[in-house]
Amino acid sequence: MSTATARVAGGRPARVRRPASRHSLTKGSALGLGVGMIWFSLLVLIPLTAVVWTAGEGGLGTFKDALTNKQTFNALKLTVLSSLAVTGVNIVMGTVIAWVLVRDRFPGKKLLDLVIDIPFAMPTIVAGLVLLSLYGAESPLGLEWNNTRKAVLLALAFVTVPFVVRTVQPVLEEMDTDVEDAAASLGASRATTFRRVILPTLAPAIFAGATLSFARAISEYGSLVLLSGNLPNRTEVASVRVYSAIEGGNQQSAAAVATILLLVALVAIVVFDLIQRRLARRG
Amino acid sequence: MASTSSTSVGSGSTVVTWVLRLVVVGYLFFLIGWPSALIVRRTFEGGTQAFTEALQDPDVTHALQLSVVVALCAVAINLLFGVGMSLLLVRYEFPGKRALSALIDLPLAVSPIVVGLALILVYNPRFGWFGESLDAHGIQIIFAKPGMVMATTFVALPLVIREVVPVLEDMGDDQEQAANSLGANAWQTFWRITLPGIKWAVVYGVVLSLARSLGEFGAVKVVAGNISGETTTAPVLVQQKYQNFEQQTAYAMSFLLVAAAVVCLVIVALLRPKDHKPSRATATAAIQEKAS
Repeated sequence: MSTATARVAGGRPARVRRPASRHSLTKGSALGLGVGMIWFSLLVLIPLTAVVWTAGEGGLGTFKDALTNKQTFNALKLTVLSSLAVTGVNIVMGTVIAWVLVRDRFPGKKLLDLVIDIPFAMPTIVAGLVLLSLYGAESPLGLEWNNTRKAVLLALAFVTVPFVVRTVQPVLEEMDTDVEDAAASLGASRATTFRRVILPTLAPAIFAGATLSFARAISEYGSLVLLSGNLPNRTEVASVRVYSAIEGGNQQSAAAVATILLLVALVAIVVFDLIQRRLARRG
Repeated sequence: MASTSSTSVGSGSTVVTWVLRLVVVGYLFFLIGWPSALIVRRTFEGGTQAFTEALQDPDVTHALQLSVVVALCAVAINLLFGVGMSLLLVRYEFPGKRALSALIDLPLAVSPIVVGLALILVYNPRFGWFGESLDAHGIQIIFAKPGMVMATTFVALPLVIREVVPVLEDMGDDQEQAANSLGANAWQTFWRITLPGIKWAVVYGVVLSLARSLGEFGAVKVVAGNISGETTTAPVLVQQKYQNFEQQTAYAMSFLLVAAAVVCLVIVALLRPKDHKPSRATATAAIQEKAS
């Protein structure tokens, strides 16, 4: 790619033929950036700041109240633990699914590829309905998992299926089998080849997908509404806690739980990034 | 691909291949395939007539119309913002660019409920930061359409950008420069060179945004409040109908919502040339690279 050389010249060749190595803002683009930033601030930055601000207004006490409230604490615990479990499942299953989709050939593979996208296309409330049909009261399998913690895991697993698959798949597609063949011809066993050659190459993609899937899982709401029954201390997740606080007019405690959720997401992004770098280096 | 010459893991032994195949098919069948098929069957249990009857409920038509209007507004805004921001992020250099590209991904990590809460805290007419003065000027955002559009726009914000940025980066700007040096102005360059190059990424981003916007539930529910169905969107009505034991209506609406999204995705998959497959991995990698 000639991107390095392509970025040498400026946007206005008539006057500035070879300026510095990057485009600085022109009048028009600066105006665009300004308008864009104002919209982005009004829509995202200021409102999110308001959440953290409102939570912080009450000082540390608000957070302490939120965490010492047994129901809220249990909701947060359930959310984080279930999300970790589901992310673990996704790391394994997502990689395996991507592997099968890229390296295997069998009739119906195209259909499988399409099925992966269903959770993306499906509104979350519908996802809950769909899972209820097989795992709810009228289950043809006789499994009545609705209103249990299994339902929470199920819903989170459903909505996060595509993340790891769709990040790993293209990397696998572009990977040469030459390196694997070389490793094999040098006497590496299949397990060793997988661990030392394939896994390090896939690690960044796997963990990028895992980060997305964890972030999605801890923030899930819609698919759980009908499925988990929102039983306090049992199947109630953090988002539902935030919602009932809003409904009850208690904005501050809603903001406190929301801020804790944002912090967990942030910590997860950093931790997953660290693990991924470790794995990539070890290869 | 696994050719006969590659004897290693690429082709694998038959046992491992079959085990993996079974595990994958089984997992997806029980998690996605079977439940989805069951819903379709239950939707049409009473024949197509029950299906169309369920959709003639005035609440349902109103909610569907509202959902479509809100989703289209949100997609239009995100299209404009997304393409503009992608161009700025890839083609220009300005202070704070890295921070901005990291922040743009933020909506993906925020719970829809928190999105609703955030908007309420700023735009609520009673205690919001800007809400009170907006209310004094007669502008209502929360519990009205503008708020619902904002909530929907928020949750779908990064989708267009994530598709367009990697394609713009791959493309380079050789051709844009050539056009410029031949006397094309910025608009001409954009319409004739840049846009055709990113066309498929834009279409894909728009379709993803549309699917996401049509189905948004949590954020819209918080922002819209419970005002007598006036601000009830289709996903919210699905919940209400289901809980009111009008399951048939809930199934019919669900089917319609999913069908719309799936049709969009299939059309794009068919239309898109094979080699233009935008990959989420490159998008993620590009964004992370810039963030770190």
